[in-house]
Amino acid sequence: MASKAQRMPAGLRLASSAFIIFWLIIAAFPFFWTFWGSFKVELDFFSIADWTNALVGRSTQATHGSPFTAAGYEGAWVQNEFWRNVINTFVVCVFVVTTSLTIGTLGGYALSRSGFRYVIWLLIIALIFRALPQVTLVAGYMLPFFEWNVWGILPTAIIVLVAMNQPFTLWMLHSFFQNIPKELDESAKVDGCTQFQAFRHVIIPVMWPGVITTGMFSFLLAYNDFIVTSLLLSESNRTMIPEIAAFLGTTQTEGNVMFAVAAVVSATAPLFVLVMFFQRQIVSGLTAGAVKG
Amino acid sequence: MKHKTFFWFFLPTGLAMFMFIALPIVSVVIQSVYAPHEAVIIEVENCGPFGCTTETTIDQEATAAVREAQPLGRFVGLDIYLDRAHLAVGEISEAWATASSMGEFWDVLFNLPFYRALAFTLTYTFICTPALIALGLAIALAVNSLHRHFKGLAIFFSLLPMIVTPLIGSLILFWMIDSRGILGNFISYLADDPDLSLKASTPLMWISLIVYGIWSSAPFAFVVFYAGLQTLPSDQIEAAQIDGASRWEQVRYVVIPHLMPLVTFVALIQIMDNFKVLEPIIGFQASAHATSLSWIIVNDLGGETRQLSAAATTSVLTILGVAILLSPVLVRTWRDFKSGAH
Repeated sequence: MASKAQRMPAGLRLASSAFIIFWLIIAAFPFFWTFWGSFKVELDFFSIADWTNALVGRSTQATHGSPFTAAGYEGAWVQNEFWRNVINTFVVCVFVVTTSLTIGTLGGYALSRSGFRYVIWLLIIALIFRALPQVTLVAGYMLPFFEWNVWGILPTAIIVLVAMNQPFTLWMLHSFFQNIPKELDESAKVDGCTQFQAFRHVIIPVMWPGVITTGMFSFLLAYNDFIVTSLLLSESNRTMIPEIAAFLGTTQTEGNVMFAVAAVVSATAPLFVLVMFFQRQIVSGLTAGAVKG
Repeated sequence: MKHKTFFWFFLPTGLAMFMFIALPIVSVVIQSVYAPHEAVIIEVENCGPFGCTTETTIDQEATAAVREAQPLGRFVGLDIYLDRAHLAVGEISEAWATASSMGEFWDVLFNLPFYRALAFTLTYTFICTPALIALGLAIALAVNSLHRHFKGLAIFFSLLPMIVTPLIGSLILFWMIDSRGILGNFISYLADDPDLSLKASTPLMWISLIVYGIWSSAPFAFVVFYAGLQTLPSDQIEAAQIDGASRWEQVRYVVIPHLMPLVTFVALIQIMDNFKVLEPIIGFQASAHATSLSWIIVNDLGGETRQLSAAATTSVLTILGVAILLSPVLVRTWRDFKSGAH
């Protein structure tokens, strides 16, 4: 608890609270506004005549007989078959998370348990790889992938996303494994375990908090990716995000902006749920790298 | 751990990074010095009742055969680097020689695609990064003084702009600041100009892109600084109070020095990420007013004609840019490592 001397004067407390409220409105209002608007028709969502139309939905009332309509969602999910993209995103996320955690855990564990000099170099190289813009790497894939005829399919995108995810995963798991006392697996080895057995029977049971946090970030990377999925996937294999980008091109001309709005809200919903349940992991994951330096 | 054990543990992740990060860098460097084959042209003599004419036509079969035999194209050295779409050395030296004033020279320079993109990328990076650090610090200080019942809620809502997909976040903002959206309407009402439109004005577009950049990344700075504030030793603050430091002086001389390593960390990560700016330009449909290096590459790679060589060249230049931005950090890490070893 803050001591009496630490307590803020009333004026400052008021200013600070006002600032927080202001920031929270900036941070959250756009999402609520778009969510609310996604149940309206375009004339209400973009209400030039009177902005209160967007709240009460006068045009929606006139068109659909009710201030709310699911026409945008129907158009996106049924007419434009957005569910196909949802399934693709699901497949990509599941495989990226499991693969990158499996190989990342092995690598991160090895980095944290080896005292040799090349460890620091591998970590620095990983940091440099993390800094490279992903789009520059995609430019390198295009020609070979065309030549080998693997462009456009989901496994290609999954492997590429796993590889791009590795530098970050390694850094994060490295710092988590450093916090697990070395004595644990040392003593297992004294008892006659090989390094892998020590890893399998002693480390795996205690590593889950770190792995779950890292997995969260792998998931976010795969889910939020635009560059790899939009450039390496063919039209029929698109995931949600490139499909939404494609909607923009087609819907503007057809006057179906509401399809894109509905798709955007649909794609945001899982992230909301994720933040709600994994807030603690997200915060600890973001700070783990910082505290370690 | 023995070298051999380390090798087997590290092999899968090492191999993945080697194949899909290290080799592609080699691949873009190679592609950037090759240009697509020109079409094979043959001369055909057509003889009719009125004499003979020679025509030049494209030999489709031969062209396809050459492209098949050498998919990389023909070797052109640094030609693509120097052409108009990239470093544009010829155009610049010409402008330098003929321009009557500095302003005219800058005009020519900023009409060249590469320099236009570089100008926006650097402006975006170096305005967003300090601004989001300042905003993040302010939010962290304010949230830290909240009652603990509200802290969780405040963190939840603050995280949203960062967690949401960049393309989606920029679309959500774009629909609001569009001239028909609520914020766009409000701004044109404030400016008393019903025709005010973001899409028509370059400075407004730059400002809104930068506002998006700050909005989407301030939460990251906030979370890191907030965690740093939890480790702030209370005796230092108390000592400062006993010495008569005002609240502002406590922040200035105790809190900020304590958070300084974290500020460096956030600045480093954000400079790297802002330099890659791409999604807001697509979401805001801003390419007429602002382009970035990443946008040029995506634009070259997508679409009907995939200009792989041009994209590869821009990629190499972008990687060089990242290397220059990162070099102070790398030099420092290297020095720390050296001094630590002795």
